[in-house]
Amino acid sequence: MADEVVLLDTFFSMFGMRARIALAEKGVEYEHKEENVEDKSALLLEMNPVHKKIPVLIHNGKPICESLIIVQYIDEVWKDNSPLLPSDPYLKARARFWADFVDKKVYDAGSRLWTTKGDELERAKKDFIEALKLLEADLGEKQYFGGENFGFGDVALITYSSWFYSYETCGNFSVEEHCPKLMEWVKRCMEKESVSKSLTDPKKIYDSILFFKKKYGVE
Amino acid sequence: MADGVVLLDTYFSMFGMRARLALAEKGIDYEYKEENLGDKSPVLLEMNPVHKKIPVLIHNGKPVCESLIIVQYIDEVWKDNSPLLPSDPYQRAQARFWADFVDKKVYDAGRRLWTTKGDELETAKKDIIEALKLLETELGEKPYFGGENFGFVDVALVTYSSWFYAYETCGNFSVEEHCPKLMEWVKRCMEKESVSKSLADPKKVYDFVLFLRKKHGLE
Repeated sequence: MADEVVLLDTFFSMFGMRARIALAEKGVEYEHKEENVEDKSALLLEMNPVHKKIPVLIHNGKPICESLIIVQYIDEVWKDNSPLLPSDPYLKARARFWADFVDKKVYDAGSRLWTTKGDELERAKKDFIEALKLLEADLGEKQYFGGENFGFGDVALITYSSWFYSYETCGNFSVEEHCPKLMEWVKRCMEKESVSKSLTDPKKIYDSILFFKKKYGVE
Repeated sequence: MADGVVLLDTYFSMFGMRARLALAEKGIDYEYKEENLGDKSPVLLEMNPVHKKIPVLIHNGKPVCESLIIVQYIDEVWKDNSPLLPSDPYQRAQARFWADFVDKKVYDAGRRLWTTKGDELETAKKDIIEALKLLETELGEKPYFGGENFGFVDVALVTYSSWFYAYETCGNFSVEEHCPKLMEWVKRCMEKESVSKSLADPKKVYDFVLFLRKKHGLE
C-alpha cells in the first residue's frame, strides 16, 4: 500500500475503538499496535509526548492525537467514500456538538459508575441515564445520529456501548429499560461490519475493569 | 445585514471572546447580547437547553454552541476571507489538537489559580506555567500559531491573555518571566484590531474575579 498507517491503541479504549471504526468505514488498511498503558512504548511517548495517551494515528510517520480529531482527520484524508461528517456547516456543527457532549457527560458519569460507591455511585447513575436520554432525544426517529447514514455522532457514541455491560453491572441498572430506542440504535449499528469488528467484547471490558478495581483498591 | 447573526455572550468569557474574534476576523455584522449568568434569558435557555451556557451563536435562528465549534462554523460559512483553519488535513489536526490542549490544560489550571489557596494554588501555578511553556515551544519562531497568518489556535489561546493579569495577581507570578516569547506573541496579536476590540480589559477581568471570589467565599 502507498500509505503507511499505524494505530497505537488498547483493546478496551472506547476512544481507540472510534479510530478503528473510522478506518474500517473507509476501508483503510493499517497496522494495529496494542499498547500496555502501564508500560508505554517508546513509540507512544515519542508520538504523543504531550498527553502520552492512546489512540495515536501515525500516517506516513506523522502522529495525530485525540480520538475525535483522529476521526475528523480520517474523514478528510479518505474523503471519497463513507463521509462521516455532513457537508453542511450547520449539521457539521451539530454533529461536533453531540460528540463533544458524549465526551463531557457520558465519559465522566461512566467513569464514576465503576470507580465510586454509595451516594456518589447513585449520582453517577442518575447523570449517566440523563445524558443517554438526551442523546436518545436527539436521535429521535432517525436511523442514525447522522440521519440516513452512519456518521460522526454515531462513531463517537457507539464505542461506549461496549462499556454498557460494565456500567450496568457496577451501577445495577439497565440501559435498555431507560433508553429502549438507543439500544435499538446500538443493535442497528452492530449490524455494520465496521462496528462489530471494531468494538471489544463487553465481557472482556468488564474483566479488565474488575482487574483495575482490584489493583487500585476500588472494590 | 443579509444574514441574521446574534451572539449570546458575557463580557468576561474567554470562550465568548473567541466567537467575537472570529466574527471580527471575517468582518461579520452581528447583534451582541450580554447575558446575566445569574439570571439566564429565555433565549439562552431555548437556544442551549443542554448546557445553558454562553457563547451561543444564532445564525438565521439556528443555534451553534461550544466556542471552538462556533469558530469552526464561522470559518466554514464565511470561508472566502481570513481562513482560520488550514486547508491541509494534517495541519488542521494539529490546530485542533492545540486548541483542545488549551481548553484541557490552560483553562483548568487557570481556574484553580483564582479558586484555591496554599498547596493547591502552588500546583495550579506550576501546571499553568508548564502548559504555557508547551504552547510557547509549539509557537517556536512563527509569528502566529497559524504560521504566517493568525489562525485557529491563535483565536483559541489569545482570549486567555485577558485573564493573565488576574492569574498572575492571584498566583503571584509573571507570565512574561516564564514565557517571554509567548508574551511577544500576545502583543503581536493585540496589534490586530479584531483582537484588541474583542478582548476584555484585563483590569476589569481582575475586578470580576475579585467579585466572584468574594461571592463564593474564596477570600
